[in-house]
Amino acid sequence: MALIELPTKRKQDKRARQADPEDALAGTPGTRFSRHLILCLVGLVMLYPLLWLISSSLKPSNDIFRQLGLWPENWDFGNYAQGWTALDQPFHVYLFNSMIVVVFSIVGNIFSCALAAYAFARMEFTGRKLFFALMLGTLMLPGHVLLVPQYIIFSQLGWLDTYLPLIMPNFMATNAFFIFLMVQFMKALPKELDDAAQIDGCGPFRTFLRVILPLCVPAMATTAIFTFISTWNEFFGPLLYIQNQDLYTVPLALRAFMDSEGQSMWGPMFAMSVVSIAPIIGFFIAGQKYLINGIATTGLK
Amino acid sequence: MSVLTKQAPGAAAALGAGAPGRPSRGTPRRKNQRSGYLFLLPWFLGMLFTIIPFFASLYLAFTDYNLFMEPNFVGLANFQAMAGDPRLWQSLKVTFIYTFVSVPISLAVALAIALVLNRGLQGLAIYRSVYYLPSLLGGSVAIVMLWRYIFGNDGIVNGFLSLFGIQGPAWVTDPDFSLSTLIVLNVWTFGSPMVIFLAGLRQVPTMYYEAASIDGASRWRQFRSITIPLISPIIFFNLIMQLIGSFQTFTQGYVMSGGTGGPADSTLFYNLYLYQKGFTEFEMGYASAMAWLLLMIIAIFTAVNFIASKFWVFYDN
Repeated sequence: MALIELPTKRKQDKRARQADPEDALAGTPGTRFSRHLILCLVGLVMLYPLLWLISSSLKPSNDIFRQLGLWPENWDFGNYAQGWTALDQPFHVYLFNSMIVVVFSIVGNIFSCALAAYAFARMEFTGRKLFFALMLGTLMLPGHVLLVPQYIIFSQLGWLDTYLPLIMPNFMATNAFFIFLMVQFMKALPKELDDAAQIDGCGPFRTFLRVILPLCVPAMATTAIFTFISTWNEFFGPLLYIQNQDLYTVPLALRAFMDSEGQSMWGPMFAMSVVSIAPIIGFFIAGQKYLINGIATTGLK
Repeated sequence: MSVLTKQAPGAAAALGAGAPGRPSRGTPRRKNQRSGYLFLLPWFLGMLFTIIPFFASLYLAFTDYNLFMEPNFVGLANFQAMAGDPRLWQSLKVTFIYTFVSVPISLAVALAIALVLNRGLQGLAIYRSVYYLPSLLGGSVAIVMLWRYIFGNDGIVNGFLSLFGIQGPAWVTDPDFSLSTLIVLNVWTFGSPMVIFLAGLRQVPTMYYEAASIDGASRWRQFRSITIPLISPIIFFNLIMQLIGSFQTFTQGYVMSGGTGGPADSTLFYNLYLYQKGFTEFEMGYASAMAWLLLMIIAIFTAVNFIASKFWVFYDN
């Protein structure tokens, strides 16, 4: 229970801490230097696999395991061209498929979670506490408990081999994390806003749309970025519901590379791996602020 | 939870107190009621879509359902079969080892790095980003595939070891080592608990440390008596989230073994076995029973943690 209190508390104290002198903990130049040294070494170890992946994608397949160094002796951009066309469909088809799932998932999550969060954070109705507790309960529910019946429902609906099983749950606010994130955010907005909007003649829906939602852009951005990353990486859902190779999302397409394993395919496979994680790194760089704040607020991965 | 919903009674009372002064046109509260439910409409649908499958899978756990024929009630047969299923025990073993080795290590690394970062160093944002990035990638197929090659027979890990004259094992194909590569992968994603630790450390007031050093407390003593108690709720939070997450590992085992859980079932994670039972052998009754066992295990671990937390988690208020 008290678990849930953390975020708000943390937010307030963060501000308080900023006034404190930072150098109280900093230590002498010597210890500072050694700390930087350790942090840089750890960082290098952390990044090495990624750098190796990128460098391998630029080497001829035969060189990949012969050279340990990161700098390719023979540059080979052909891996990208070869990998792009190595599977049944050119790779942009899979990128496009993933994009469709991602875009609809983002729209669905923002739409349904913002609505639910507004009701939980700023409205009065019977059963609100109960529903909120229920919502928090679903946070900890392992998804596999619902797996078999949901699969049956989707197959009865004729939704197998479509993106609907991957997209539709997002329109039904099933992602309690994002509701929780937005509730936290909306609670911090002054209550007077709603009263003022009401006096000006706004109904609840207009208050939500015109007053609250525009103030929640940071929370929505966090939701969008997290949805992007988790949906882009999502492997289990597509594995379960998508059989048709033309509909494969990027993770399924990458797995197909593994099936056609063989030394000659290493380079192209690494090249397409780079292509598949590049959007995540891009979004990470662009949306760092929202990611770090979001994870510090909800503990989301 | 209590804190989040605490405002409600007060706000309701205020609304009630204000009611007599308001023009009695319609019933504004009732109206607010209805629009509250309207806002929750998608969520209600989602809850239906959660609650019905929740109980349906409980029912299926006691049947022999196989997707093609009507389910027959078989009592506890699935659970009895599970008790005598060596692969099920193996999958539990794999999942437990993975969880109880990788979660403590990644939390310890996350806390250690967060402590160093919290010392007011320059370039905090850069370090934080570098350490955090892997946790966004750790679950992706691309990275698990990469891991296969990094730990491959002549991958970079063995290449590095051979610099010191050590002949590394066949990490991926040797059942004794295959799971450890995935443990390393999980530790590699320590960035997300680290960011949470960092946020928690920043709220520990520096005056506590100043007071303690005036009293002559050593660094270690300060860490044990100030830092640990004050961030214990965050350690607890991270522990619960990491445990729940790692009990449900799937992609890592699937991709590393090409879907088999091999070699010799050494990467047969619980959810991977559940998937094999339910969706390649279509024993969906059995798979449902497995899902409920996992739910029970997670519930018990969470409950034990909550009870144990009374003895070591310190709440300021």
